[in-house]
Amino acid sequence: MMILRRCGMLVSGALLITAAAGQASAQQTPDGAPAGWPEPVMDSQIFTFFMAERNEYQIDDDNQFYVWDAQGWIGGDYNKLWLRTEGEYVLDQGKLEAADLEVLYSRTITPFWDAQIGVRSTFEPAQAWDGVVGVQGLAPYFFEVEATAYVNDEALQFTLEGAYDLLVTQRLIAEPRVEVNLSTHDIERRDVVSGFSELEAGVRLRYEIIREVAPYVGFEYVRDEAAEDDKDSLRFVTGLRLWF
Amino acid sequence: MITRRRMLKTASTAGLLLAAQGLLPAWARNVAGAVPASGPRTGPHEFDLTIAETPITIDGRTGSAITLNGGVPGPLMRFKEGETVTIRVHNRLPEDTSIHWHGILLPFQMDGVPGVSFPGIRANSTFTYEYPVKQYGTYWYHSHTRLQEQLGHYGPMIIDPANPDPFAYDREHVIVLSDWMFEDPYRVFAQLKKMSHYYNFQKRTVGDFFEDIATAGLGATLKDRDAWGRMRMDPTDIADITGAVYTYLINGHGPETNWTGLFTPGESVRLRVINASTMSYFNVRLPGLPMTVVQADGQNVEPVEIDEFQIAVAETYDVIVRPESDRAYTLFAESLNRSGYARGTLAPREGMAAPIPPLRPRPLRTMVDMGMDMKDMDMGGMQMKDTAPPGMAGGGHAMPEGGRMDHAGHSSMGGHGAEHGGRVGSMMEEAGPIVARHGPDTHGPGNTTIAHVERNRLAEPGTGLEDVGHRVLVYTDLRSVTPFNQRPAEREIEIHLTGNMDRFMWSFDGKKFSEVKAPIPFRHGERLRLIMVNDTMMEHPIHLHGMFMELENDHGQYIPRKHTVNVKAGERMSLLITADAPGRWAFHCHLLYHMEMGMFRVVEVSPHEGRA
Ligand SMILES: [Cu+2]
Repeated sequence: MMILRRCGMLVSGALLITAAAGQASAQQTPDGAPAGWPEPVMDSQIFTFFMAERNEYQIDDDNQFYVWDAQGWIGGDYNKLWLRTEGEYVLDQGKLEAADLEVLYSRTITPFWDAQIGVRSTFEPAQAWDGVVGVQGLAPYFFEVEATAYVNDEALQFTLEGAYDLLVTQRLIAEPRVEVNLSTHDIERRDVVSGFSELEAGVRLRYEIIREVAPYVGFEYVRDEAAEDDKDSLRFVTGLRLWF
Repeated sequence: MITRRRMLKTASTAGLLLAAQGLLPAWARNVAGAVPASGPRTGPHEFDLTIAETPITIDGRTGSAITLNGGVPGPLMRFKEGETVTIRVHNRLPEDTSIHWHGILLPFQMDGVPGVSFPGIRANSTFTYEYPVKQYGTYWYHSHTRLQEQLGHYGPMIIDPANPDPFAYDREHVIVLSDWMFEDPYRVFAQLKKMSHYYNFQKRTVGDFFEDIATAGLGATLKDRDAWGRMRMDPTDIADITGAVYTYLINGHGPETNWTGLFTPGESVRLRVINASTMSYFNVRLPGLPMTVVQADGQNVEPVEIDEFQIAVAETYDVIVRPESDRAYTLFAESLNRSGYARGTLAPREGMAAPIPPLRPRPLRTMVDMGMDMKDMDMGGMQMKDTAPPGMAGGGHAMPEGGRMDHAGHSSMGGHGAEHGGRVGSMMEEAGPIVARHGPDTHGPGNTTIAHVERNRLAEPGTGLEDVGHRVLVYTDLRSVTPFNQRPAEREIEIHLTGNMDRFMWSFDGKKFSEVKAPIPFRHGERLRLIMVNDTMMEHPIHLHGMFMELENDHGQYIPRKHTVNVKAGERMSLLITADAPGRWAFHCHLLYHMEMGMFRVVEVSPHEGRA
């Protein structure tokens, strides 16, 4: 319940910021048409987007997991409210291992890049808040990139994520993906170690039945420096990518 | 807003699935004898048009459309030059609508653009258009409200000339090309915003990569992938909406239905071809029949014989064909990216058909389209023919030697021409000369690329038609039959066509309509040169309401007048305009979804009624 309330607060706060930014950039009637006439074109529409990029079952030698990684936005061409959430649930232990939600104001700064600022609320492995600053966009050679810095009073963390679509056919697409997490300090209660703290590298082969619905299979290698015993894990994954 | 779901519901509750044939006007019926040959019209000078939601059948599948007097396309509006017409438009839709008379010179209050020239036609109300008809030729009309045009709200218009045409023909057919979708266009609009490549199923794959290596070599292939990768652009980005969702129509009929226009062998048949599509360019041909172009955008031009022409959205071309034999000819209109086609037949009798040509391999964008300077690129020994000096901004345009390039039957360079799926060495040896270079302004986040070099591309046949091996119409072929105003331009305006393919943003000078604060000012009576530079990698059909644009294609006082010009990727185009129509006029890209995204401006010719 508390988690839900906190999410609600976060989202409504960021909505206000985005709306205010949208307001500030909205122009007066451009063409001096008489009051009461409609706009000749609908170029200021608000759109919404939500994608569960990873929505999958993972299995390695020891455990089974449900992993999600989803993001979405609501907004116009220049200003958006952006949400990102990621998490991992250990199925055979019935334990939520990691879960967080980021609420960001996102601004189109260059043709291919958005700058983002906001907060992250982490629910597991420990309750925590971070300030978030980042960029997200399309790098040369079609790499989808997210580079994000997280600030709190214990450490400065960085996450770099890159993905690439390799078309086997028009609908069968291989997607290599790498995520690296770095930190300036140990944060024991949050299972973070300083320096290089976590790596995920994988390939997923999806089939776009329609663009919005794509089942996939793949492999993921995870290295977690904070893990007590086995730091490495090689996992088979299968899931369903969805967006609307 | 009329959404698909709601419309279908309305249709089913009404419980009427009317036979499509019965609703269509005679000229558009499955088998059309002919539109009555031109001559003094004796019919009414008053017309009634009723706009309503109606179920229609396309190739056996039923969808819901916005119809005019029950049909898609709407009725043929046939006027006579010199008369004054009255058209009462009855809106039976639950939302606003409008009709814009495309290419017609009229008082601006009658132009029919909601928010610019009038407030629109409210639900369940009637608006009366009345204007003198001051011109002749083939035109069309359509909704200027939101995405209604995509739902079928368009129709043809013919104005018979006061003086006889300078060419003869025995019979005529109106050919309305359009793109139809069963989807809800507002949903498609949103999909493009979320994923701009949503409808592109012709992208380059891993297989194409290896095929390119096999045909063009590893070095050239890597160089090609490197160039596109650095730009983050996709050379298969030819059309935003494709045959994946479109059914392409001739006179409201899908390819299966095979609309047939009749002729008697030996006759001269005038085809009045109108591209009433929202988003689709077509390559039009009648295998086995040469065509003589006699009119473009309703304006008579010196006859030119060709085998194929590309028609941009909203353009019209009138061609004359002379089928001598007692056989059928396929009228084939292939979509620009070759994801589908509209097809009909010209035949001496009902029920005949000719072979349907296969779709040719999809074309690719080139480094010329990207406005890249080939001299700056090491293209592995491949040569570009760049003869004109750079920096010729505005005004004088260098023409390629000989004025017109011969596109027929020349040999293609390595890897170009593409029988295979990919294509490497993406450039055209016969690209037009560089006439200017782009300034430092990159037009902000709403624009992804700029034309580093700006070319005169008037003598080029258009995307995908560089190597087809027969005669293709080019803009330098168009030469007016009558001389026009030779007054030199007093003022020059430069407008850049801009866009961000990835975010599906479209604009002029990097700003969408809602970002600009004032109309583009024209002074009444002034003579202007409008320069358009296309910084995007797509062609855009640009349309000015209320005034013709004279295309500076080196024919002196015989340069052609157009209401819609196709500006190619990386092109710098020069047009002359006499601002003789006071009022507020729309100026926009005629790709409907580009216009609605903000590739739109108001041009205000002052002083005009109600404004100094
Ligand atoms: Cu456009």
